[in-house]
Amino acid sequence: MAVTVSIPTILRTHTGGQKSVEAKGSTLAEVIEDLEANHGGLKARLVKEGSLHRFVNVYVNDEDVRFAGGLEAAVKDGDTVTILPAVAGG
Amino acid sequence: MARYESLLDAVGGTPLVGLPRLSPSPDVRLWAKLEDRNPTGSIKDRPVLAMIEEAERSGALTPGCTILEPTSGNTGIALAMAAKLKGYGLVCVMPENTSAERKQLLQAYGARIVFSPAAGGSNQAVARAKELAEQNPDWVMLYQYGNAANAGAHYSGTGPELLKDLPTITHFVAGLGTTGTLVGTGRYLREHKPDVQVVAAEPRYGELVYGLRNLDEGFVPELYDETVLTGRYSVGSYDALRRTRQLLEVEGIFAGISTGAILHAALAVAEKAVARGEAADIAFVVADAGWKYLSTGAYAGTLDEASARLDGHLWA
Repeated sequence: MAVTVSIPTILRTHTGGQKSVEAKGSTLAEVIEDLEANHGGLKARLVKEGSLHRFVNVYVNDEDVRFAGGLEAAVKDGDTVTILPAVAGG
Repeated sequence: MARYESLLDAVGGTPLVGLPRLSPSPDVRLWAKLEDRNPTGSIKDRPVLAMIEEAERSGALTPGCTILEPTSGNTGIALAMAAKLKGYGLVCVMPENTSAERKQLLQAYGARIVFSPAAGGSNQAVARAKELAEQNPDWVMLYQYGNAANAGAHYSGTGPELLKDLPTITHFVAGLGTTGTLVGTGRYLREHKPDVQVVAAEPRYGELVYGLRNLDEGFVPELYDETVLTGRYSVGSYDALRRTRQLLEVEGIFAGISTGAILHAALAVAEKAVARGEAADIAFVVADAGWKYLSTGAYAGTLDEASARLDGHLWA
């Protein structure tokens, strides 16, 4: 179950500058564990006290995971996971 | 009613237009709420008028006052018109990577513009405006991101208008910026029809806009209430432009780029309803028309070219 994870500029120190990396898992939580195994330090930036960091948004195929089970959101082979910091609009 | 005592009285009451050519089936229908028909051409006339009237009622805003606001454009333009008619000064803090038309319109209305750096997007405009508010205690910041009257304008206006014009509404789709439109309209609709789906379309910009120094510089508007929403899509500039052009070509509506992002989410919702064999009446917001974006090249050349030109710009 490989997915492509898009990494924002601010977190690329953990991926050696790579914009996107591959990861495995059938839920977002598993994907994050797999990311942590290969790119140490990422998990602590994404997850605070068992849920997603307030200023981090994660999308599976462009849909916000907070409305699809949060860390338990399902991912499947070939999905794109996009991580972005929360910024203002308006 | 088509007669008003002044331009300020003509805010709201916008048409809801069916889109028979874009709707996927007779049972899954799309409806466009034409918010570009407001006095300054965008949905922002609603929250701006409500925030000003509330500040006048509370005594925060008195004749001759100067209003200060962080805005990427439409809120500033609406404020500039209302400030002019009501006799207030206006200082807008705007990211430097917004379209030329927005700057020119603000200047034409006589507003002062303070630019904030492109990197960091509206976060930097918010931060700069908060600094200016401290340095100029006599200025009045309405602060659209945390002002309850912003969502209130949609709770008392946009929401009831939609339910009256489309009692069979099943989905409401709008852009996510200050979150006022979605939270206010969504709250009203769900109080009256608990099963209504409230779906956000959030612009996904080029990397420059996400250029924060650390995650703690991130920003979630104080108005945001996640419990009102049922879904949230992130839409990049390519898809937003593609849908903006499709809306013009297929249904004749010349909308701004953020509306393309909203339509993209509305079509995703429509496809899901079709796949499930469910009927749906999906209303979405046309936030503004395309005029202010012509200089960005959004409507000319190939989608790839137009999308590349938008990279690094705030288009919603």
